[in-house]
Amino acid sequence: MSDAQTTQIPVTVLTGYLGAGKTTLLNRILSENHGKRYAVIVNEFGEIGIDNDLIVESDEEIYEMNNGCVCCTVRGDLIRVVEGLMRRPGRFDAIVVETTGLADPVPVAQTFFMDDDVRSKTKLDAVVALVDAKHLPLRLKDSKEAEDQIAFADVVVLNKTDLVTPEELAKVEATIRAINPAAKIHRTTRAGVALSEVLDRGAFDLSRALENDPHFLESHDHDHDHDHDHHDHDHHDHDGHDHHHHDHAHPSDIHDVTVQSVSLRGGEMDSKKFFPWIEKITQMEGPNILRLKGIIALKGDDERYVIQGVHMIIEGDHQRAWKDGEKHESRLVFIGRELDAERLKKSFEACQAA
Amino acid sequence: MPTVAPLDLDGHCVAAVFLDNVPHFALADGAIHRLDNGHKTIQANDGLLSTFHDAANDRLITGGEDGKIFAVTAGGNVSELATAGKKWITSVAAGPQGAIAYATGKTAFVRFADGKTKEFAHPRSVEGLAFSPKGMRFGVARYNGATLHFPAAEGKPVELEWAGAHTGVTFSPDGAFLVTTMQENALHGWKLADGKHMRMTGYPGKVKSLSWSVKGKWLASSGAPAAIVWPFSGKDGPMGKAPLELGTRGNAMVTCVACHPSQDVAAIGYDDGMVMAVRFADAREVLLRRQGKGAITAMMWDREERRIAFGSAAGDCGVIDISA
Repeated sequence: MSDAQTTQIPVTVLTGYLGAGKTTLLNRILSENHGKRYAVIVNEFGEIGIDNDLIVESDEEIYEMNNGCVCCTVRGDLIRVVEGLMRRPGRFDAIVVETTGLADPVPVAQTFFMDDDVRSKTKLDAVVALVDAKHLPLRLKDSKEAEDQIAFADVVVLNKTDLVTPEELAKVEATIRAINPAAKIHRTTRAGVALSEVLDRGAFDLSRALENDPHFLESHDHDHDHDHDHHDHDHHDHDGHDHHHHDHAHPSDIHDVTVQSVSLRGGEMDSKKFFPWIEKITQMEGPNILRLKGIIALKGDDERYVIQGVHMIIEGDHQRAWKDGEKHESRLVFIGRELDAERLKKSFEACQAA
Repeated sequence: MPTVAPLDLDGHCVAAVFLDNVPHFALADGAIHRLDNGHKTIQANDGLLSTFHDAANDRLITGGEDGKIFAVTAGGNVSELATAGKKWITSVAAGPQGAIAYATGKTAFVRFADGKTKEFAHPRSVEGLAFSPKGMRFGVARYNGATLHFPAAEGKPVELEWAGAHTGVTFSPDGAFLVTTMQENALHGWKLADGKHMRMTGYPGKVKSLSWSVKGKWLASSGAPAAIVWPFSGKDGPMGKAPLELGTRGNAMVTCVACHPSQDVAAIGYDDGMVMAVRFADAREVLLRRQGKGAITAMMWDREERRIAFGSAAGDCGVIDISA
């Protein structure tokens, strides 16, 4: 935990359904001339047509931690494989973990936070989800995993865009945006995304997090706040009509999803109120929170404070000084299930400095 | 004063053993170095993951990234015992009558001395393997407990349940107890006669090294700023008793333990490369090696009880002579 900090190897997690293009992307990562060497952990050697002794086959093994918390899960096989790989660190510059189509990305990510040995030697770089533009609507209808993978991603590669009409594509993209307003989306065919857009992203690196994240910095747009705006409307009580009808003209008529995002905005926060609040929220709502990301303006603090979390695991740090003229504003996004948007909003706003 | 004969190698040392009283050092790249009238090297696996010192046959069993299992004997002899395809060999163990066991993924294999192999499939990954000192019986550490197999006979395995991920396993030298290391910072034990549980907790870190003292009276363990040594001389093992804490340091963690072959003394290796010998009776400490480049990962006493071979995560290995 002490001296290893300097040599932590970055780890990219690749999720996506069978046929979404993971193998195509992996083959590019392994064969393109980018000057870096990757160790790849896969579930099955399968179709990777490249002979490379740094491709490790590993049986997905999810372990619940024995601490009574149901969301505290890790991938036991990854702990072992990473430990083995890191005994000979000179062989590669980074690690890519490919998950099975149905995999829950959470245990993979949590392994890199919860296991001390893994954490001391590696760092999670980003979670990349490959999505098949043609089949996503169907996937969302028949599985929770497809939705989880998008909800959990830092980067979404929206692949096979040549198989859908521009209208269908716009709709699929809006759906992805609705599930995860914080992810960066790339439209591709044959997984043809620039590798610099999926590797070495620093998405979990607090000093870089959110910096290259235009959507997060944008103001609210129309397609991801419908879930919680319902509640606001109640207060206005304009005509009392059934809110469910909101959905009909919305991009989300293919939005067969249970994941919601809650985007919060506020002014400067009182650190004495904010930190106990975020602690309490993540303790109580942890199982429902897939990801959270935020930039917080703390009163009397001339640096931006950034936080990010996975379930109950939360990390925060000062990132950089506020720039001249930059608005001291706090923004926080929760992505999860059964989030009480109204309560989050009210309690968040109550943390603002007087 | 103890003296240290250093052997500076390049890479993580997985095992340091004496074979025919010659110190051998097995590195993660699969090279086996030995100090046998000079420094000599042979290659075993293409990438070494797991080792077991087979004392009865004076050999080192190795399993690797290449899916192969080798036996290394003194004089630089390497022979392939088995291969299991392209998958990593995650654990190896040696048992009675020349039998060995090895694991890959969810499958454990036993290879008998005559070369016959038997396969044992499990619903979850096989994390650790150990043979019982008595009878043809071996244990598998797995998620939510351990499984005991009787490879020489047909019949159902015995399942020992305890919630959580069990990563390694060892039998007490009298075969009365089974102890597992866990993904959480704890050991778990079973008294095999009645299945009674033994919880051994309170470690600040994961336990990665275990060593039984002479006649199995004590079990020494890493995972704390001291060697945690549990008493196993009573019929219920360590239950209701406090462990010894030996060689406590404020600023370092114990990463490796090796009990003396005939006395209640343990060699204790730390994450900064220091090695001490500590006597159980009065906790008296003797410094054997000062700090080095990396954490101590492997140690073994020789038969003459005079030397300790040690290896580290950084490759600065060597032999300590305590009689000099």
